[in-house]
Amino acid sequence: MAIKYFLLVNIRGKTRLSQYYESIPFEERPAMESEIIRKCLSRTEIQCSFVEYKDYKVIYRKYATLFFIVGVDTTENELAILELIHNYVEILDSCFDNVIMFNLDKAHFILDEMVSNGDIVEISKQHILEFVNLLYKQE
Amino acid sequence: MSSKLRDLIKTVRSCKTAAEERSQIAKESALIRTAMKEEDIESRQRNVAKLLYIHMLGYPTQFGQMECLKLIVSPSYADKRIGYLGLMLLLDEKQEVLLLATNCIRGDIMNPNQFIVGVSLCAFGNICSTAMARDISPEIEKVISHSNPYIRKKAALCAIRVLRKVPDLTENYIPKIKALLSERNHAVILTALTLIVEICEMDGTQIVHFKKMVPQLVRILKSLTSSGYLPEHDIGGVTDPFLQVKILRLLRILGQNDPESSDAMNDILAQVSTNTDSTKNVGNAILYECVQTIMSIESENGLKVMAINILGRFLLNRDNNIRYVALNTLSRVVNTDIQAVQRHRNTIVECLKDPDVSIRCRALDLIYSLVTESNIRVLVRELLNFLLIADAQFKSELVAKLCIVTEKYAPNKRWQIDTILRVMSIAGNFIPDEVPSNLIQLISSTPELSSYAVQKLYLALKQDITQQPLTQVGLWCIGEYGDLLVADKSQLPKDEDGLSLNVSEQAVIDIIDSIFRHATTTQATRQYSLTSLAKLSSRFSQSSLQRIKTMIDNYKQNINLELQQRACEYSTLFDFDKKSSILDRMPPIEKQEESPHIGNKNIPTQTPPQQHYNQQQQPQQQSQQQSSQFGSILDGLDSPTQSSANSGNNNNKQGGNNAMSLLEDIFGPTPTPTSNGNMNNNNNNMNNNNYGMGGMMNNNNNNNNNMGVMMNNNNNSNNNNNRSQASALLDIMGDLQLTPTPQQQQQQQQSPPPQQPLSPTSSVLQPVPQPLTFLVYQKHGLNISYECSKPQPNNLSLTNINMVITNTGSSPITNFSLQAAVPKYLKIQLLPPSSTVIPPNNSGEVTQVSKVLNSQQGQKPILLRLKLDFQINGQPFSDVPDTPLPSLF
Repeated sequence: MAIKYFLLVNIRGKTRLSQYYESIPFEERPAMESEIIRKCLSRTEIQCSFVEYKDYKVIYRKYATLFFIVGVDTTENELAILELIHNYVEILDSCFDNVIMFNLDKAHFILDEMVSNGDIVEISKQHILEFVNLLYKQE
Repeated sequence: MSSKLRDLIKTVRSCKTAAEERSQIAKESALIRTAMKEEDIESRQRNVAKLLYIHMLGYPTQFGQMECLKLIVSPSYADKRIGYLGLMLLLDEKQEVLLLATNCIRGDIMNPNQFIVGVSLCAFGNICSTAMARDISPEIEKVISHSNPYIRKKAALCAIRVLRKVPDLTENYIPKIKALLSERNHAVILTALTLIVEICEMDGTQIVHFKKMVPQLVRILKSLTSSGYLPEHDIGGVTDPFLQVKILRLLRILGQNDPESSDAMNDILAQVSTNTDSTKNVGNAILYECVQTIMSIESENGLKVMAINILGRFLLNRDNNIRYVALNTLSRVVNTDIQAVQRHRNTIVECLKDPDVSIRCRALDLIYSLVTESNIRVLVRELLNFLLIADAQFKSELVAKLCIVTEKYAPNKRWQIDTILRVMSIAGNFIPDEVPSNLIQLISSTPELSSYAVQKLYLALKQDITQQPLTQVGLWCIGEYGDLLVADKSQLPKDEDGLSLNVSEQAVIDIIDSIFRHATTTQATRQYSLTSLAKLSSRFSQSSLQRIKTMIDNYKQNINLELQQRACEYSTLFDFDKKSSILDRMPPIEKQEESPHIGNKNIPTQTPPQQHYNQQQQPQQQSQQQSSQFGSILDGLDSPTQSSANSGNNNNKQGGNNAMSLLEDIFGPTPTPTSNGNMNNNNNNMNNNNYGMGGMMNNNNNNNNNMGVMMNNNNNSNNNNNRSQASALLDIMGDLQLTPTPQQQQQQQQSPPPQQPLSPTSSVLQPVPQPLTFLVYQKHGLNISYECSKPQPNNLSLTNINMVITNTGSSPITNFSLQAAVPKYLKIQLLPPSSTVIPPNNSGEVTQVSKVLNSQQGQKPILLRLKLDFQINGQPFSDVPDTPLPSLF
C-alpha cells in the first residue's frame, strides 16, 4: 500500500477533502487528521516537507492557504509524491476558477482519476483533463 | 423540496460560531433524513452530495449509506457517479451494507459504458472487502484484458486490491500481466508494474516469474530516458518520471541477490544517473530511486561510488527535502560502502548546521554511524564545535551520542577523559545520568591519569561551577586526589600549565566553599562537596583541617536531611582514630556489572529521603554491607567502654550496664547476617566497604544506617533510657524483616504451653530446636563456633551456646580469655573456658559454655559481642567481634 490517505486542509486546520485508501475506522479519522494537521501547521518554511508519523511518513506541501497532505509508507519515494501533489494541484488549477468546496465532487473525481487504491493510475495531465472534461460535458 | 448544495455551503460558511454551524448541520441532516424516508427520488442525488459535504466537515453521515446504494443501482450515470463517490467516502470495507453493493458493482464492471466501468472499478479498488474481492475477481480478470486502456489501467490496480485480500488468486493474474507490459499506454504499463511490484513484495517466491522481464524493462526505461519532449507525458521536462521511478523500483526487486539480472541493469542505471537532469525535483526523484536501486542490487563498484556521489551532491542542494532524502539514504547504505560515504563526511558535518532540525537529526545519526577508531578525533572535534552552538533541544541528543562514541572508540584513556570533560563543560546539564559515574570509574581505574584528571577538573571548576555533573565529578576527584592536586604540577601539558597551576590547599577549599554557596548548586552536589571535604581532611595538612571541620559543622543543622546526616557522620568521624583508613583513597572502581558494591552507585544521590526507609526490600547483599559498616563504626565508637563490656566477670557493674544499654540500642535494629561465613567475610571487607561509605559511591542505605547509629549514640549519652527514640529509630531504619508478622508473634507467644509439644518440623514458622553449629569467628588462626541448642523444648527463650574454640595456626594460643556482652533483652551466663591454652594445628579444642535467655524470643535475635584477648608466641592480640545468631533461633 503506497498511499494511505490524501488530505486537503486549509490553514485554519479544517479538512477540505479527505480520501482514505487504507481502512481507518471513521471514529479515529478526525482525531488523527487534526493531529497530523497540527504537526504540519507547526512546521516552518525552512523545514523539509516530510514528517515521520507513527510507522509511516507524512508528506505535505502548502499552496496558498491549502495544505496537501499525503500519508505514505516508508518505502515510497518522497520526492515523487511531492511531484504527484504538484501535478494534482496543477490539474485542479486548470479545472477550477472557484473555491474547491463548491466543486467537492469534481475534486474527488480528479483525484480518483489519478490515484486508486493507493497507487497512481494516471499521471498525464492531458489524459486526465480530457477525461474530466468529457465527463462533465456528458452530464 | 430541500435547498441546493450551493446554498447549504453558503449557509455553513456564513456561520459565525461552531454552535451555529452545528445547528445548521443538524437541521439539514434532519431534512435529508425526512427526504430519505419519503423516498424522494428527485432529491436523492443532491442529498448525497450534501452528505458528502457534511461528511467533509466531520459530522456523522452513516445514515446516508443506504442512499448511496440506492443511487448506484440507478441507471443514470450522474446518479451512479455520486452514489459511488458516496460509497467510497461514507463506507469502508468493514461495513456490512457494502455486501449489498456486490451485485451492482459486478454488473457495472461489465457495463459497456466506459465511464460507468471507471467509477465502479475505482470504488471497488478503494473499498472492497475480502468477501467482495473473492466474488468479483472473475470480472476483474476479464476486464484486465479489456480493449480499452482506460479500463485496463484501473483493472490492474483493482487486481492489487483483490490479491491483497485473497493472495491465493495470484496465479490467475500472472499470465495476464505480461501482455500489459507490451502496451503503448504509459498508464497501463505503470499500473501493471505496480501490480508486479505488489505481487513480488507480497510473496518473494513469485519474483522468478518476472525475472525474464528485465531486458524488456530496461528497454522501456531506455526509451523513456532517450525520448525527446512528449507533451502528453512530460512533467517538469522529464518524460513520465513516475513510470521511470516505478521501473527502477521493480528492477531493484528483480536485481536483488541476482548478479545476472543486476549485470543486465548496470548500463541503464549508469545512463539514468548521468543523464537525468538534477536541477529539478522531478529529476531528483528519479535519481533518488536510481541510487536506491544501485545500492540494493549486485551492481558494479564504480556504479555504487557514483550513486553515493549523487547523494553527496544532494547534500549540497538548496532544497532541504533533497538533503533530507540524501541523509536518509546515506544512513541506509552506510554499511554497504562506508569508505565511499566517508568521502562526504565534511558535507555531512555541514548539515549539522542546517536550520531544519529534522535534517540536523539525520546528519547526527549518520555521523554517529560513520565514527570509527581512525576518524574519531576529527569527528568528535567537529561534534564538539557544533555542540557549542547547538540549541538546547538538540544538545541532549548530541551529548548522548558523543558520550557513546567516545566510550566506544576512544584511542586512549587520556583522550577519553579530555573529551568527556569537554562535553561536560560545554553542555554538562544535558548529560545522561550514567556518564558522570562512568567517568569517575574511568578516572579511578586509571591511576596514572588521576593527577592529570584532577588538575583538569580543578581548572574546569575554576571556570564554571554551574554544570552539576561536571562539578560532581570534579568534587569526587578533588576529594580522592586532593593531595595529588596540591603536590604534583607536572602532569598537565605545557600549554595548559600557562594557567599557573600553583594550587594551594586554601584555593581548593575555596572552590568547594564557593560551590556550597552557589545558588544553582543542587543538594546532590552539596552532598558530593561534603564527602569531598571529609576526604580532604585526611589529605590536607593540619592547618586546613580546622576550616574543613567548620564547613562541615555548618551543615549539621541543615534542613536537608541527607546533608545533615552526612555532616553529622563526617564530623563524628573526625573524632575517631580510624578515620584515616575510612577516608583512604578508593580502590579502582570496577565496571558496574562486575561488582555488586559498585552497582549501588547508580542509586542516585538525589533519591528523596523517604526511599531510604524502604530497606525491607533491599537485597541481602546490602544488609551484609550494612552490618559490616555498622561493625566498623562501632569499632571506633565504643572503644572507651570496651574494657567494661564483659558481663562474665562483672567487674564494673555500672560500666557493664552502660555498655549493654548502648549495645541494645545499637543492636536493636541490626540486620542479622544469615550465615556465619558472611560475618567473617564482612570483617575482611570492612575496609572496602568503608571506602564505599566515605566515597561518593555509597548507597543511601548505608548512610542511613550509619546515621542511626550515631543519632542513637548521641541520645544515649544524654539519656540512657530514651527507649522511645530507640524504637522510633527502629522504625526509621525499617529493619522490619526482623520483626515477625503478627501471626508469627501470636504463634510464638502461644507455643510455650506444655500441652502443645512441638514437633521439630511442625511448621516453618517455628524455631528450630535441634542443635546447630555456627562458625562465628575466624582470625589469626583462632576459630570460634557456637553449638547452639534449646535445652527446653517448651521454653524456647533459653538457648545453650557451647562455644568451641580451636586453633588452626602453627603456634599455640595462650592466655586466652573470652568475654561476652549482650543487649538488655538478653541475659547471659558465661562459664569459664575449659582451658586458656588452645593447642595449634587443630589438635585440640577449648570449650566455654554460655546460656542465653532471650526475653523477646521470636522478636529479637540473639546477639553477642565478644571480647577476645589472647597471645600467640607471646604477642598479645585482642578483638571485639560481633556474633549475631540467625533471627528466631
